[in-house]
Amino acid sequence: MSLAKRIIPCLDVKNGQTVKGTHFIHLRQAGDPVELGQKYSEENADELVFLDITASHEGRKTFTDVVKRVAAKISIPFTVGGGINELSDIDKMLNAGADKVSINSAAIRNPLLINDVAHHFGSQVCIVAIDAKLEKDGEWYCYLNGGRIKTERKLFDWASEVADRGAGEILFTSMDHDGVKHGFANDALARLSTTLPIPIIASGGAGSMEDFRDTFVSGKSDAALAASVFHYNEISILELKQYLKSEGINVRI
Amino acid sequence: MRVAVIKYNAGNIYSVVHGLNRLGIEPVITDNKDEIQRADCVVFPGQGEAKKTMEYLRSRQLDSVIKGLTQPVLGICIGMQLLCDHSEEGETDCLGIFDTTVKRFIPTQQDQKIPHMGWDTLTDLHSPLFKGLQEDCFVYFIHSYYVPVTKYTIATNDYIHPFSAALHKDNFYATQFHPEKSGGIGEKIIQNFLNIVQNNA
Repeated sequence: MSLAKRIIPCLDVKNGQTVKGTHFIHLRQAGDPVELGQKYSEENADELVFLDITASHEGRKTFTDVVKRVAAKISIPFTVGGGINELSDIDKMLNAGADKVSINSAAIRNPLLINDVAHHFGSQVCIVAIDAKLEKDGEWYCYLNGGRIKTERKLFDWASEVADRGAGEILFTSMDHDGVKHGFANDALARLSTTLPIPIIASGGAGSMEDFRDTFVSGKSDAALAASVFHYNEISILELKQYLKSEGINVRI
Repeated sequence: MRVAVIKYNAGNIYSVVHGLNRLGIEPVITDNKDEIQRADCVVFPGQGEAKKTMEYLRSRQLDSVIKGLTQPVLGICIGMQLLCDHSEEGETDCLGIFDTTVKRFIPTQQDQKIPHMGWDTLTDLHSPLFKGLQEDCFVYFIHSYYVPVTKYTIATNDYIHPFSAALHKDNFYATQFHPEKSGGIGEKIIQNFLNIVQNNA
């Protein structure tokens, strides 16, 4: 089997600019999303994710112009998310040139949306993003609106429901690990990956090249997503892939 | 060169349009029979569900238009699957260019996720479509159904078992992967297709 593990830079976009926060709050500028996306594509990134991080908070519709510019320039798959609430939003994003959409809060509020997306556009279009936090009771709870609102939904139940409803992939962000740069939530990831029939994208916590290796090896992740380590040139995607290959992980170089 | 991209209810037709644009081609995106038939080549892109897509094509008589094309045609992903006889997806009768059935992947091990999604390799390359490419080059796949290896197979991939990564018969070329999303390798494949069209003219 030669399906490669994927490295996915994530570009959090606010008002047309890339930003990255720690624990979803403090934001600082990190450049033009289209330019950054193109740079990553040239460095052999496997996919890109563009998240309109303010959209679900402010109820804004996503950034169609950025999506159109990305689609015209970049010849690798890309996903858009943030503020995707209904089928018409998805239609608009796909028509602007996106390959997949990531839905998060809207899926928790209206789980039928996942079935609808899978039915209308196919499962391959539908990534369900889950932000979750390990609470004192030892359970992972899902959060809404970019980590602002706690729900009573538990991670593993919700992830399994999401897969049953027809999601094509799950993008799991551990809010405890995000921005801390001490590695991905590999225990939770391995449990997701070994119990669900769909690919799992690890997100939150990348600080070193070893963190990526670990999430592929012990976290059993199919793909790993990161933002700031790439945006601030702390890790180069080319070097990362060479390192992973030397560690025996199948990556596309 | 007049390139027609068939407009239908598939997701992201524009990714293939952008891919052509990057090679300096301004295709016409159309469901008009005359425009399709007049083109030097036709791209039949795709992402979508077989049954609904076939229903859409039939409702606009595009099924017979596609079947009757004599210029080079490039089917992509669902576009390739619909060129086959039948698809297990919705038990759908398709266009019948390639007499084979499109089957659903059945995983045999837990780590075999469906859809087959991501970058995977091309092997057994034998077609001008892959001129200049190396064995085991990576392209981007995203699909839950596959075409078995047949006499029309011009490239394979092995996921769960070997299957057709690309097909060719007469003027019909088809890829299961998305060349328009496969970076430089994909660009080369689209350029090779355009070269085939040029040589055909």
